[in-house]
Amino acid sequence: MKCDEAVDRDLIKRIETNYLEISRVSKTFEGANGIYPAVQGIDLKIRKGEFVTLIGHSGCGKSTLLSMVAGLVAPSEGGIVLEGKEIDGPGPDRGVVFQSHALLPWLTCRENIALAVEAVFPQMSRKEQKDRVSHFLDMVGLTEAAQKRPAELSGGMRQRVGIARALAIRPKVLLLDEPFGALDALTRGHLQDELLRIWEKFGTTVLMVTHDVDEALLLSDRVVMMTRGPAATIGRIVPIPFRRPRSRMELVRQTGYQHWKGEILEFLYGEGDAKRRPGGGDLQKTGAPEEGPAFVSTTDNR
Amino acid sequence: MEKVEMEVVFQAEETVRGSEEKPAGGPATAAEKRRVRPLRLDRLILPLLVFVMVLGLWQAISQSVAPMLPGPIQTVAKSWDLIREPFFDRGPNDKGLGWQLLYSLRRVAVGFSMAAAAGIPIGFLIGAVPAFHRALNPLIQILRPISPLAWLPIGLATFKAANPAAYFVIFITAIWPIILNTAFGVQKIPADYLSVARVLKLSPWRRFTKILLPATLPYTFTGLRISVGIAWLVIVAAEMLTGGIGIGFFVWDEWNNLSLEHIILAIFVIGIVGLILDEAMGRLGRRFDYEMR
Repeated sequence: MKCDEAVDRDLIKRIETNYLEISRVSKTFEGANGIYPAVQGIDLKIRKGEFVTLIGHSGCGKSTLLSMVAGLVAPSEGGIVLEGKEIDGPGPDRGVVFQSHALLPWLTCRENIALAVEAVFPQMSRKEQKDRVSHFLDMVGLTEAAQKRPAELSGGMRQRVGIARALAIRPKVLLLDEPFGALDALTRGHLQDELLRIWEKFGTTVLMVTHDVDEALLLSDRVVMMTRGPAATIGRIVPIPFRRPRSRMELVRQTGYQHWKGEILEFLYGEGDAKRRPGGGDLQKTGAPEEGPAFVSTTDNR
Repeated sequence: MEKVEMEVVFQAEETVRGSEEKPAGGPATAAEKRRVRPLRLDRLILPLLVFVMVLGLWQAISQSVAPMLPGPIQTVAKSWDLIREPFFDRGPNDKGLGWQLLYSLRRVAVGFSMAAAAGIPIGFLIGAVPAFHRALNPLIQILRPISPLAWLPIGLATFKAANPAAYFVIFITAIWPIILNTAFGVQKIPADYLSVARVLKLSPWRRFTKILLPATLPYTFTGLRISVGIAWLVIVAAEMLTGGIGIGFFVWDEWNNLSLEHIILAIFVIGIVGLILDEAMGRLGRRFDYEMR
């Protein structure tokens, strides 16, 4: 994207390429059962407008990492910087979509989004606030369901409201914590397409936790794979070179698709793989498009 | 680790809800309609049958083993005046059953309102601030199991009047379920709702009115419902001891008159009023329960 252009001002470039910077972050939980190191030594730089997914096994600390970016959990070591400012605590510059959707069940869809809009944009007039809520309801196709409570909605619709609520506060970063994990495959597919469409329109920086390899391939610019916990860390980062805008059908037919899917699956299920490559730092650099050269051009020819 | 566990819980809830949604389709509603009719008959006929059986048993007992106990027919016959005219007023010591009830209900209303007014905020504090919980919980656990009437002499000695003493007894027994259920409700608020409040940086007031209060109200109403039942139990006993006008003292007075028919009538009335109080509180609670609306 922006990297192709020659940017005059170094500072802006630096901020845009290191828009979200996670440096040497570790988190240790101290509970009744003693000390549990959840994640360790996480280093990750995310460009402005980039779509990054975190993938890994259950309990590998990917949600913990996301919560730390959200500011809901404080890192034990290291720090996270967003647009040149260190994160301490949650704030509306980072919209969170929770796995459990976390919509307030006593409020309607409209009221759920309105609560966010009114809290974050108190300077707006009543009408502006209302229009903004309507706009985001419309964006996720839920204008009809505006007056319904979450209990009256399907799981997919609830998650749509969650996405609308998170985006309505105009966040710098959108954080999604396995947002489609509890949905059936068909609904999940629809929502992925919708998220893709919305992201392409808004260009928001996205960090998303998932355990679905196809989801990661469809959506991401880069897939960050995490090793198993305890003391989980980044095992490997794979850039996904498919041309955008992407579509599900086009993607699976591409020659490179199975290759990248295999790469990720091998990392996740190749037992002991992660342990033989401590840190995986060198792989972060080599996981570039050179590894599978042929298909990038194939994409363009279609 | 904690976070992971929570996710599992949420997923479980999701599946439960999801499975509930399914029977809302077309064929299911038809099946439900078919099920409703015999159910309604069951609900009417079976309790009525039990009621008639109890009346028969009561009549049999009064005619055989307990000749002192008036049977149902005799009870209705001898207390017909009281049933027919519940609001007669022949001076301070001779009032209709309706008046007796109203006086008792007023005592319950005053004591119960005070308990709610104090108990709900205390419950919120205990639920929201761990320090309050640690500080107050032992005291509550000691005071809670005390029999209500044990407080009556303390009330009489302190207030030197029957009515305030009755309010006090109701207050001190009705407050515990309100405190404990409210505190429990606050502690049960899903962590994700509070995360939403943190991400949006809601003001403390909005956090309270939009999240804490609606999430806790169903639990608070459970406490209120238990409390109003206890208050109604307690007032009858307390009035027997304090005297004055009230359904409890009426029972005691009729015992002194050896009018068992009137006592039995009063027992029925106490039961029905208790049922109405419970049902009213339950309905009120459902109006505030987001899951029921």
